[in-house]
Amino acid sequence: MACTLAALREGRSGLRRCDFMDAALDTYIGRVEGIEDEPVVARLKDFDCRNNRLAMMGLVTDGFEAAVDAARIRYSPHRIAVVLGTSTSGILETELAYQHRDAEGKLPAYFNYRTTHENYSVADFVRRYLKLRGPALVISTACSSSAKAFASASRLIENGLCDAAVVGGVDSLCLTTLCGFSSLEIVSTAPCRPADAERSGISIGEAAGFALVEKAAVRDDSICLLGYGESSDAYHMSTPHPEGAGARLAMSRALHRSGLDPSQIDCINLHGTATRANDSAEDLAVSGLFGNLTPCSSTKGWTGHTLGAAGITEAVIACLCLREGLIPASLNTINVDPGFAMNVLLENRQQPVRQVLSNSFGFGGNNVSLILGHPVQ
Amino acid sequence: MIVYLKGLAATGPGFENWNALRNHFSAGTSLNPDFVPRPQGGILPGVERRRASVTVKLAVDVAQDALQQSGMKPEDLALVFTSSNGDTNTIHQICEALATPERLVSPTRFHNSVHNAPAGYWSIASGSMQPSSSICAGDDSFATGLVEAATQCLAEGVPVLLAAFDTPFPEPLHEKTPGRQPFGAALVLDSIPHGSLAKMTITVDCGARPATTQMADPDMEDMRRDSSASRSLPLLAAFASVEPQKVVLGYSGDLRLRIAVEGVAMNQPWASP
Repeated sequence: MACTLAALREGRSGLRRCDFMDAALDTYIGRVEGIEDEPVVARLKDFDCRNNRLAMMGLVTDGFEAAVDAARIRYSPHRIAVVLGTSTSGILETELAYQHRDAEGKLPAYFNYRTTHENYSVADFVRRYLKLRGPALVISTACSSSAKAFASASRLIENGLCDAAVVGGVDSLCLTTLCGFSSLEIVSTAPCRPADAERSGISIGEAAGFALVEKAAVRDDSICLLGYGESSDAYHMSTPHPEGAGARLAMSRALHRSGLDPSQIDCINLHGTATRANDSAEDLAVSGLFGNLTPCSSTKGWTGHTLGAAGITEAVIACLCLREGLIPASLNTINVDPGFAMNVLLENRQQPVRQVLSNSFGFGGNNVSLILGHPVQ
Repeated sequence: MIVYLKGLAATGPGFENWNALRNHFSAGTSLNPDFVPRPQGGILPGVERRRASVTVKLAVDVAQDALQQSGMKPEDLALVFTSSNGDTNTIHQICEALATPERLVSPTRFHNSVHNAPAGYWSIASGSMQPSSSICAGDDSFATGLVEAATQCLAEGVPVLLAAFDTPFPEPLHEKTPGRQPFGAALVLDSIPHGSLAKMTITVDCGARPATTQMADPDMEDMRRDSSASRSLPLLAAFASVEPQKVVLGYSGDLRLRIAVEGVAMNQPWASP
């Protein structure tokens, strides 16, 4: 988190020219360095794949394991759930296995579908790694997956199935998403420029992020999930509703659940993928509900679009904003689309932040808005 | 947790719909050995029906059957789709294309590959803007989906349509993956008892006790073990019973889901969907 904060402060993007394996694509990506050299812990070697390696890199940073260890003693292993989002899990392993079929067309003997590619693999890996025995599941709703994990975990706690949950998501680079989004012609050849008049598509990234969510605040300054809202577009599989109707409904539901007015939201972390369609629809939804004053930014210029991990990536950034009193700019945005009404920030702002709304929208018209912050007295 | 069953549907090897399976459980009628589900995707508009895969059609067909039986409107129901395998043919086709030098993935195939494709197609076809989720929990995907649906039903005060589905992978993934037969099951859950078919009381036990419910008939037990969706069979059998039943489903790790089923109108003939 310290590196992320420093990059946010310095306006330093993590995007680079695509150098992922032999994918010869003219685009920029957010690739995590060193995954290739860090296999997962030996006791879980069946789970070794890029996605679970990235998960482990996330678990061992920022004292997360120690926080879970303490919670395990506080609640017992059966009372802590694992709720994670991923869109493609370890499909890269299957892609590679298909490149190494034998003369009869069979996949290599070492290939293990269930521990690498199956969507549940990452939750199974994380619960075993952290020695947790509560309910475990993966939510896979494309780019809203890890934001939905917060809603699902919140309901598990509310209904008494657990006292705490490890919530988050992991998505890693693979040919399926790099080539798939390219085929949809929504991948930019330059680093993505969310909300810019010249925006030309997404930059794909990879990330792992985790949050320990508990039923009651541990400290006075604990950050709370104040609200969440979910909706469906009912419009198109890969294009958002042009007026952002589903996005607006998700934000309204999050506000309703939190009991907050739009004026009490200090800033909005946009889904802001930098496709023509997403940013236009999101502008209509945001400006329709919040007007043109609430500061808005997309942080995808820093991280790229981390797909199933976007929700947790941006929830973690929201926590940094709350803790540091920082509202990030929309990195790489030079000229805001003149048709936009929402207030897109072009410079970082330092000011107290009490409540942040974060949007995540996915294929199939799957929308989630989270409100994170400090309870209003 | 207490939730009420308002609609129910199932299809799988040997039975086209819930009535056929129910008759097998309650009257001992033989399953049809020649029947394999051939999903139509009846709810989908023409364009979507052409684009959608067999797996998506199986999921939305069984969801639509349960919805019809409930008599509810699709725009009133939140959705939970659950599957361990997801869209098997689409995943195979993409991995096959990515193993060629051209690596051409069609846009439609790519958007079909997301685990929430059935949820997306359903909301487009039904016009429902209610939340939809798509989950996976390996072999325990059905039990986990049931908890997801029940908690959403109770926490949000909305009826929830739960649809569990699994289809087999083609080779070469077939030999590396679970599931030899397509199977779908769907339940409409509500927090309000009025007009319900059954009351379900769901509790969680830990420590691998009690043991999970198995099917007495060895063939049905083989079917139960086949996929994550077919692990719903003991609960489906309970719904076919006149007497109150207790069912135990495997949940995450050594957790067990204990479900007490009391038929509210269980001794009445079921309305044909």
